[in-house]
Amino acid sequence: MIRNVVLAGVGGQGLLSIAAVLGEAARGEGLHLKQAEVHGMAQRGGSVQSHVRYGDRPIHSDLIREGTADLILSLEPMEALRYVPFLAPDGALVTSADPVENIPDYPEMAGLRLEIERMADHLLIDANVLAKKAGTLRCANMVMLGAGAPFLGLRESALLGAIEAVFREKGSPIIETNVRAFRLGQEAAESGGSE
Amino acid sequence: MPICLLLGDEALAQGAIDAGLSAAYAYPGTPSTEITEYLLRSPESQRGAIHCRWTSNEKTALEAALGASYAGKRAMANMKHVGLNVAADPFVNAAIAGTHGGLIVNVADDPSMHSSQNEQDSRLYADLALVPCIEPNDQQEAYRAPSYAFDLSEKHRIPVLIRLTTRLAHSRATVSVDGTRGQNTLSLPANPRRYILLPAVARDSYDHLVRRQPDFLRESDASPFNGFFDGTDTSVGIIACGIGFNYAQEVFDGDCPHPLLKIGQYPLPELLLSQLLKRCRRILVLEDGYPYVEGKLRGLPQRKSPLIVGRLTGDLPRTGELSPRLVADALGLASLRTRSPSSAPARRPPALCSGCPHADTFRALTTALASFPEAEGRVFSDIGCYTLGALPPYEAIDTCVEMGASITMARGAADAGVRPVVAVIGDSTFAHSGMTGLLDCVNEQTGITVIIVDNGTVGMTGGQPSAAADRLVSICAGLGVDREHIRVIEPHPNHHNENVAVLKEEILREGLSVIIARRECIQTARRKAPARTSNGGQG
Repeated sequence: MIRNVVLAGVGGQGLLSIAAVLGEAARGEGLHLKQAEVHGMAQRGGSVQSHVRYGDRPIHSDLIREGTADLILSLEPMEALRYVPFLAPDGALVTSADPVENIPDYPEMAGLRLEIERMADHLLIDANVLAKKAGTLRCANMVMLGAGAPFLGLRESALLGAIEAVFREKGSPIIETNVRAFRLGQEAAESGGSE
Repeated sequence: MPICLLLGDEALAQGAIDAGLSAAYAYPGTPSTEITEYLLRSPESQRGAIHCRWTSNEKTALEAALGASYAGKRAMANMKHVGLNVAADPFVNAAIAGTHGGLIVNVADDPSMHSSQNEQDSRLYADLALVPCIEPNDQQEAYRAPSYAFDLSEKHRIPVLIRLTTRLAHSRATVSVDGTRGQNTLSLPANPRRYILLPAVARDSYDHLVRRQPDFLRESDASPFNGFFDGTDTSVGIIACGIGFNYAQEVFDGDCPHPLLKIGQYPLPELLLSQLLKRCRRILVLEDGYPYVEGKLRGLPQRKSPLIVGRLTGDLPRTGELSPRLVADALGLASLRTRSPSSAPARRPPALCSGCPHADTFRALTTALASFPEAEGRVFSDIGCYTLGALPPYEAIDTCVEMGASITMARGAADAGVRPVVAVIGDSTFAHSGMTGLLDCVNEQTGITVIIVDNGTVGMTGGQPSAAADRLVSICAGLGVDREHIRVIEPHPNHHNENVAVLKEEILREGLSVIIARRECIQTARRKAPARTSNGGQG
C-alpha cells in the first residue's frame, strides 16, 4: 500500500517543514519514502509544491501520477485547486481557508470556496485563527498537518515524534507550540472544518 | 547498514565523502546547490579533512578540482547545467590532459526550467569531451555513483561527469550508507608533460583519449548502472535513462511486461542495446532532457531499421521533464480519471521579498530613467534574485541572458549608439563573470552606468557567501574605474530621493560609472538575527 500526498502552498509558508515531518514519520515507521520538493527560484512567494509518497513497498517514481493522490494538503485555497488533477477519485482535499493575495488577479474567495466544495471530499480549515491560538501564525503549517492527519495513514505517535525530531534544534517551547498547532488542526478536522 | 533520509544531491555528496573525497569546489546553482551545502556541513569538512569551498565561478571550481586531482587527490566540482557552459573549457581539456587522482564533475540539469534559463542536457557535454557520464536513477544510485566514478576516473585517467536532474537532485528518499574508503595520499603525476597541452603533446593526448573510447564502451556494457531486463510483451521495447526508469516501473507497478534497457552510464552500451534491438522492432526512449539517445539511435530511414520513438516523434513532448502520466500515455496505457477546476488557477510567479533592497534600487532607477523621457534607454541585467525586477510592479530591466551578460551587452549596445545604457548585476554575479566585462569598458571608457546590486550574498540559492564581499569598491578601482565615479548608495525608502539624484547624475555623464547599491539581503539578515522564541514552523 502506497500513500500519495501532494503538499501545496506559497513560498515562505513552511511547506517543506510539513514535508520534513512526513518524511521523518514515514522513516520512523520503517516505510519506504520518496519526497520531491521545489527549491530555488520557484520559491520567493511563488507557488510551491511537494510530492510525498510512502508505503510498505519500494516506491519507483519521485512524482505522483495524475489521478492517484490520496490527499492534497494545502496551506492556501487557490493553490489547493492547482493540483486537483492529481487527486484520485476517492482522494481528499484539505486546505487552509486563508488566502495569500500576493498577486493582482487573485480570484474572489466565494468562487474559490464553491470550487473546493465541488470536490468530493474536502475540508476547509481556518488555519490562521488556530495558529494564533496555538501561539504564532507561523505554525499554521502544523495546524494543517494536524487537519490532514486523518488522511495520512500514519500513526499519531509517529507524527508527533517526527514533529519533535524536526523542531528539536529549535528547543522545547517551539516543539510545544507546533504540537499544540497540530492538535488544534486535528480537532478542527474532526469537527468538519470551517463553515 | 545505516539508513539516511537524503536528497539526491545529498546522497551524492555523502557517497563522495565515503569514497575518499579530498577536495570539492562549486558555484551555487539550482538544483545543484545542496551537494556542496551538505559537504560543507559534514564533519569531514568541518574538521578540515575535506577541503570544500564556494568559488567565484564554475570554471575556477573545475580548475581547482583539476589541480587537486593533479596532486593525486580525489576531487570534484559541482554546478548546475548552465554552469558547465562556463566550465566547458577546463572540462573538455581536462579530458585531454587527463587526471591523476579521481576527478568528478557533478552537474545538475533542470529540465522544465524550474529555476533556469534553459534546459540544456549535460550528457552532450560528456559526449563532446569523449568521457563517460553516469546518470543515477535514484538516491541510492546517486550515493553509489561517486565511488564508482572515482574508480573509473583513476583507471582511465579521465574526468567523469555525473548527471542529475531536478527531480532526483531535489527528491528525498531513504538511502543505505555503507563503508568508507580512505583518501588518496599526495602524489604527483608520473608523466607531468601530459598536462602541457602544446599542440605536439595535445595531439598525442587526444589520440590516447580517442583510443580509449572502446574501453569506455566495454565499461558501459559491464556497468552496474546499466541493465537489460527482458519481458514477454515485445510489441515495444523501452530504453529508460536516469529517472525515466522510475516512471517505466511506476506505470507498470514495478512489473514492466516489455523488454527494458535501463541506462545509467554512457557511452551507450552497445551489447546491451543489441539485446533489446533483437527482441523488439519498436523502441520507446524515455529520457529527461534532450532526445539524446533517441537521436543517436535514429538512423537513415530504412525499412529494416528499428522504429525509434520518443520526443522526436511526438510520442512524448519535445520539451519539459517526463512524468508518470506522460510515460503512461506514450505506452498507450489507459488514462486515469482526473478532475480539473472549472478554470485554471491564476499563475503565482515568484517575487522579490517584501523589504528587499533590490526593490528600492529598481524604484530609484525607474524614477531616474523617467527623467530621460525622450531617450530610448535600456537596462541590461543578469542572473539572480534581481531578475525578478523584470516582473510587475517593477518592470525595470530589459534583459537577462546569462551570467555576466549585463555589462558586456550594455557595452555593445552603447557602442552601437543606444543612450542611456544601464547594466544591473548582483555582487556575486559580478565576481562570477562581470569583472572582465567591466575591464573591457574601462579600456574604452564606454559610456554606461553599471549598478552592482550588492546584497552581500548569493541570495537566490539560499545565501551562500559572495566571492567579492566587501571588496567591490577596490575591485572596480583596481580594474581602472575612476574613483570619483564609483558611488556607493544604500537602497532604502529613506534614501530614495538622494539615490535618484546619484543615478541621474551618473547616467547623464558620458563616461563609465559604477554605482554600488549596498544593503544586506533581508533573508540573510533575518538568519543572522538572534532566533526569536516565537519562531515556529519554518524549519
